Amino acid sequence: MSLRAPWIGRTLLYLLAFAMALWVIVPVYFIAIGAFSTPDDLYKYPRELWPHHVSTGALSFFLHSTGTIAALERSVMVAAITLAFSLAVGVPAGYALARFAFRGSDAFRLTIVSTRAFPIMILAIPLSVTFIRWGIDDSLVGVAIAHTALALPFAVLTTSSVFAGISDELEEAAMTLGCSRAEAVLRVILPLALPGLAAAAIFVFIISWNDVFAASVLTLRHRTLPAQVLTASGEAPLPYRVAGGFFLLAPSLVVIFFIRKYLFNMWGRVVK
Amino acid sequence: MAGVRFDHVSKIFGKVVATNDVSLEVDDGEFIILLGPSGCGKTTLLRCLAGLEKVDAGRIFIGGRNVTELPPGRRRIAMVFQSYAVFPHMTLYDNIAFGLKMQKESKATIKERVESVAALVHIEDLLDRYPAQISGGQRQRVALARAIATKADVLLMDEPLSNLDALLRMEMRAELKALFRELGTTTIYVTHDQVEALSMGDRIAVMKHGVIAQVDTPLAVYDYPSDTYVGGFVGTPPMNFLVASVEGNGAGQLARLSGGTLRLDGSAELVGRDLFLGIRAESIAVETAPGDNLIRAAVVVVEPLGSHNLLTVRAGEDMLKVAADSHFFPNPGADVWLRLAPGKIRWLDRETGQAIAATPEAALV
Repeated sequence: MSLRAPWIGRTLLYLLAFAMALWVIVPVYFIAIGAFSTPDDLYKYPRELWPHHVSTGALSFFLHSTGTIAALERSVMVAAITLAFSLAVGVPAGYALARFAFRGSDAFRLTIVSTRAFPIMILAIPLSVTFIRWGIDDSLVGVAIAHTALALPFAVLTTSSVFAGISDELEEAAMTLGCSRAEAVLRVILPLALPGLAAAAIFVFIISWNDVFAASVLTLRHRTLPAQVLTASGEAPLPYRVAGGFFLLAPSLVVIFFIRKYLFNMWGRVVK
Repeated sequence: MAGVRFDHVSKIFGKVVATNDVSLEVDDGEFIILLGPSGCGKTTLLRCLAGLEKVDAGRIFIGGRNVTELPPGRRRIAMVFQSYAVFPHMTLYDNIAFGLKMQKESKATIKERVESVAALVHIEDLLDRYPAQISGGQRQRVALARAIATKADVLLMDEPLSNLDALLRMEMRAELKALFRELGTTTIYVTHDQVEALSMGDRIAVMKHGVIAQVDTPLAVYDYPSDTYVGGFVGTPPMNFLVASVEGNGAGQLARLSGGTLRLDGSAELVGRDLFLGIRAESIAVETAPGDNLIRAAVVVVEPLGSHNLLTVRAGEDMLKVAADSHFFPNPGADVWLRLAPGKIRWLDRETGQAIAATPEAALV
């Protein structure tokens, strides 16, 4: 009995992992094959597990629907602005948290985390009112600001742990060799932090790309892609919905796949 | 090339006084060791000199220049860190060239200098590798090469050998000493390892609680510690300190120890004070029969160390470490007689622990 116990534990672990993987992969798979099926296959029941007639019809239908391209452009813009805002504030804040012991740094850290405790639903009304007052309602910048608020805690905390993981002595060594602190950060710390910062940046991008709630509340005519798909999906035919879903899903998948590879490959495992 | 002067330097971290009004002068080309246990302020003093810590009081001079307010990069120092701090994203070549590039040297000069210092520390074949692809000992050499490449005025070393294994450390110790002799650069070397300190330095500054307890040549620090702290910290085993008092009896003096009485030809200033008699293990000869001016002791433990046997003996109330011949194996409990080498005795005040200056002359008769 005692000999079998670890074997059972392992089996359960793998079963659990397998179940969790299925939980993620099955919907992704159906959306993906749906997006590449002909409309006839899509409406067939029972659903085919392998697309026999590969077609880009659904995707092209989705892309050529009114407003899709414009919404896509807006989504990219909003994500890019969010990225710029989040990194511009998050990287220096993360560096400061990691390197300098200042009064109240723990409280600051806690405050950052606690901002995530306010659901965006509660903030939506006051945020809309404020944005209208500022004249940035229904604008890309407005959405980007809301997205920055969502992404910033994440950006600050991850970049701070990235910097904390890089030895101070490297920075100090650069300084004794003739660098100012800024030069030391630029020449030594940033290159070493790059994989971690890239990860943070990509996640920020995805947070913005995937957000549907803030975008739906804060925009009316200038919808981002998720908001656009959500609005349209009520009336739109199945091919549109499946293709839209795939289109929103694909960048996240590709990006995570590449960033994972990048993280593992960069300088082996020496970056501690 | 330049000397270094610490002028009443203090550094305070919160409530901890890391270095307290330290003054120290280091000559041009000198190899000085800052020795002390962790927390004694030796690394802080080094970091103040490097400019990595801002001093709270006092001034620091390098080659006569007041560098107290200069950033590290403008002090013309180079530092080898305990963790080596080799840049992981650069090849060894780029690591060594880093300081030279910051000095805007020409490509040709950089190449020539990198190759020559790499040869000096025997890593010339590894220059296109990354730090992750070499051993710890080699990384240590990279850190060293990077530091000497810039031809700084002063080389600072923070426990550079502490991360190496024992055998490699001993090899590197000798190699470093030879290298520094060749370079002739003023070097300040921090260590907690008293063997390293004794074997490498021109002078040793022994630190304790943020102050320098003694600065002297290794032998002087070893033979004539300034107080019981230095005598106990430097040397293995630590110096023996026996409770003693000295009384005058007309012609000379008598030293009363708990284990017996010794005649000595001492100085009058010892008379009537509460004293410690300090003596090194190897300055005590062990005899197997009673004789003139000897102290009787009982053997407690015999530790054969190869080159000699270390005896722990009890003389009256005092426990002593004594170095005896490697073939001498007395039974525990057996009596031996100790002969204290004249001229090797250090007298210290029992109250303050401070040495009494008259020492070397106050010899046994």
